[in-house]
Amino acid sequence: MKVMAQMSMVMNLDKCIGCHTCSVTCKQAWTNRSGVEYVWFNNVETRPGIGYPRRYEDQEKWGGGWVRTKSGRLKLRSGGRLKKLATIFSNPKLPEIHDYYEPWTYEYDMLLNAPAGEHTPVAKPKSLLTGEDMKISWSANWDDNLGGSAETMADDPILQHMSEHVASEYEQTYMFYLPRICEHCLNPSCVASCPSGAMYKRVEDGIVLVDQDQCRGWRMCVSGCPYKKVYFNHKTGKAEKCTLCYPRLEVGLPTVCSETCVGRLRYLGLVLYDADKVAEAASIEDEHALLDAQRSVFLDPHDPAVVQAAREAGIPEDWIDAAQRSPIHKLINEYKVALPLHPEYRTMPMVWYIPPLSPVVDVVASSGNDGEDAKTLFAAIAKLRIPLEYLAGLFTAGDTRPVEASLRKLAAMRSYMRGINLGEGKDERIADAVGMTGDTLEEMYRLLAIAKYEERYVIPAAHTEQARELDELACSLDYDGGPGMGGAGPFGSSSGQQVPVAVENFHALKNRQTADRPSTSGRVNLLNWDGNGAPDGLFPPKSGEE
Amino acid sequence: MTAWDVLLWVAMPYAAFAVFVVGHIWRYRYDKFGWTTRSSQTYENRLLRWGSPMFHLGILMVLAGHVVGLLIPREWLYAIGIDEHIYHLGATALGTAAAVLTLAGLAILIYRRRTVGPVFLATTRMDKLMYVVLGAVLLFGTIATVMYQLLGPGYEYRGTVGPWLRSLIVFQPQPELMVDVPLMFQIHVIAANVLFALWPFTRLVHVWSAPIGYLFRPYIVYRSRDDARRPGSRPARPGWEGIQTPDPKKLTKL
Repeated sequence: MKVMAQMSMVMNLDKCIGCHTCSVTCKQAWTNRSGVEYVWFNNVETRPGIGYPRRYEDQEKWGGGWVRTKSGRLKLRSGGRLKKLATIFSNPKLPEIHDYYEPWTYEYDMLLNAPAGEHTPVAKPKSLLTGEDMKISWSANWDDNLGGSAETMADDPILQHMSEHVASEYEQTYMFYLPRICEHCLNPSCVASCPSGAMYKRVEDGIVLVDQDQCRGWRMCVSGCPYKKVYFNHKTGKAEKCTLCYPRLEVGLPTVCSETCVGRLRYLGLVLYDADKVAEAASIEDEHALLDAQRSVFLDPHDPAVVQAAREAGIPEDWIDAAQRSPIHKLINEYKVALPLHPEYRTMPMVWYIPPLSPVVDVVASSGNDGEDAKTLFAAIAKLRIPLEYLAGLFTAGDTRPVEASLRKLAAMRSYMRGINLGEGKDERIADAVGMTGDTLEEMYRLLAIAKYEERYVIPAAHTEQARELDELACSLDYDGGPGMGGAGPFGSSSGQQVPVAVENFHALKNRQTADRPSTSGRVNLLNWDGNGAPDGLFPPKSGEE
Repeated sequence: MTAWDVLLWVAMPYAAFAVFVVGHIWRYRYDKFGWTTRSSQTYENRLLRWGSPMFHLGILMVLAGHVVGLLIPREWLYAIGIDEHIYHLGATALGTAAAVLTLAGLAILIYRRRTVGPVFLATTRMDKLMYVVLGAVLLFGTIATVMYQLLGPGYEYRGTVGPWLRSLIVFQPQPELMVDVPLMFQIHVIAANVLFALWPFTRLVHVWSAPIGYLFRPYIVYRSRDDARRPGSRPARPGWEGIQTPDPKKLTKL
């Protein structure tokens, strides 16, 4: 057993309202540069729809991900090492920029500087590739909210794989949003495709990154990734991709897309997995078994044997602790409501999704029935084949059973909690029907519906060794009233023994960064005040108040 | 032999070689980020799909031909039974094919570069200069081959240009060997020298990144976040060594 930690994400699609805030903030943070105008590390697709880049899920065309050979081994779909080198002068599977969209801007200057004339000046769209006038005809979310999808939706690769009687009814059915980032796979085919060895998976947290100094622009990663989440910067000639905001994660902050998600639907946390089992699990023959195979790669962080092995593998204590509190582990392995995106690509993706129940509820409610009644919902889930088969095409390689199980759990949670809210008591039969207990349903409700910030994001900071050393150093000063206790010296906050500057800074910064708490009891040291709020002790006590 | 001959056939190749080596070291140390193929395939693929493989495969054949023709002494080939006549036939046939492939590929690529808007806008001044020099080297090499080997009686460069190049490599330069070489071959050699001097400062550096290592490494690469930051993982640069305690034992030594 080789224990490794993986930072991963779960998105609760039920709560996604398709506002694109994640995409916009991500773009502002990472890809608002020349050369990556067309790049969205995070994009939100309306499904059914053809996605960004167009029809990226059609691996017959793009050749991303892995396939299982007859002998049971994994092979890159677009060919192994020799094939890659033989096609290096012209990558036959590379999407052109028009498969994404031609980036543009508007001639805003014209609005201000047009000479006075009869007509109102307009800001014409200008191509960011050639600078010439252009007609905007596609973008990263052109079919947003099914706009214009009467023309394009039939090209959705998932719909094309569904049985015809179902696919012909999609128009009157439903839609939902699918936010996508890099999957930070356990078995990344982009990394395997990189001829230069510039792409790598970080040992500590499993984030997949491109070494910008080693990338030589061979572009094999772009075609190797089945999710098309590695992009080519056409100005620098290097590959770029979602970094899972590692500079933020390293200090314990969630990614930009998670932090700014108004629906609060993203969960971040650690998963411990057995690296020795990944290849075996990814090469299982039956595509429907891939989901369970991947679940079996994950380790139970509460199992003492796993904890022991994790310690031996050099995973720090606070990381093990974070793995135990991880919302990801709960959603994937305990509640089993989260599902991976396209497990059939055999890359072992690590951004999972809770399938949306809302479209089903909407159908039930609009037909005049009770949309929160467990029995009605269960029946509707089973009967509404269209959502079920479509979701299965996305999340389970076409197997509807896990999707149905997940949706039933969400439905059970709704009716169980409604019973409590209406004072009807806890109906354990609802929980039994989905193989859970009432308590677990309530826990799940807390995690999914209340979704407190600290429970959604359990992110241990990096550099823990240093932090611990600092703490130990501080402990030696923990005599009564000493600086280590956070208290003031006898003659005010800066008096007393000399304290090593690092320790003093450590405490001052810590206090300052946790905002409205005074750094010394009683009075605020203005040198340490961060300018936020009016903490107690900022002003001398008002006369008469004491 | 004049001073010009020494300048052209001794000084210039060595100078070009020095710039070539030092330039690459400099570029690698200070511009790893700029070390890329700068592919424009995302802009346009229809022409590139033909032009790029034609050019690259052609130029690899040209390279192989030059190694056999210039670096390997003809006596060695005689020894394994490849006589003058066989060599001449083979070199002319393969060389012409390689030249056609390379030049046709280059023509497609240059046409594409000029006519496809985004590709042309992504072309730097250095690229343009490089295309001129590279084109000149290829063109004069082809003219020489066509003039002397294909249409003419055949020029035996293995008695002059080859030994001259090898004399440079062993630092015993014999510029006199180049004096009577036909003009087209001379221009070809001089243009090649200019190209070598220009090489480290152009996108041609991607030649040295040919990913042979890909054949031998495991598919999935793991790297530690802290590798670069862990003290001692990289030798300290002079003047930036960390603080070290002096060894007190040295005090007692003589």
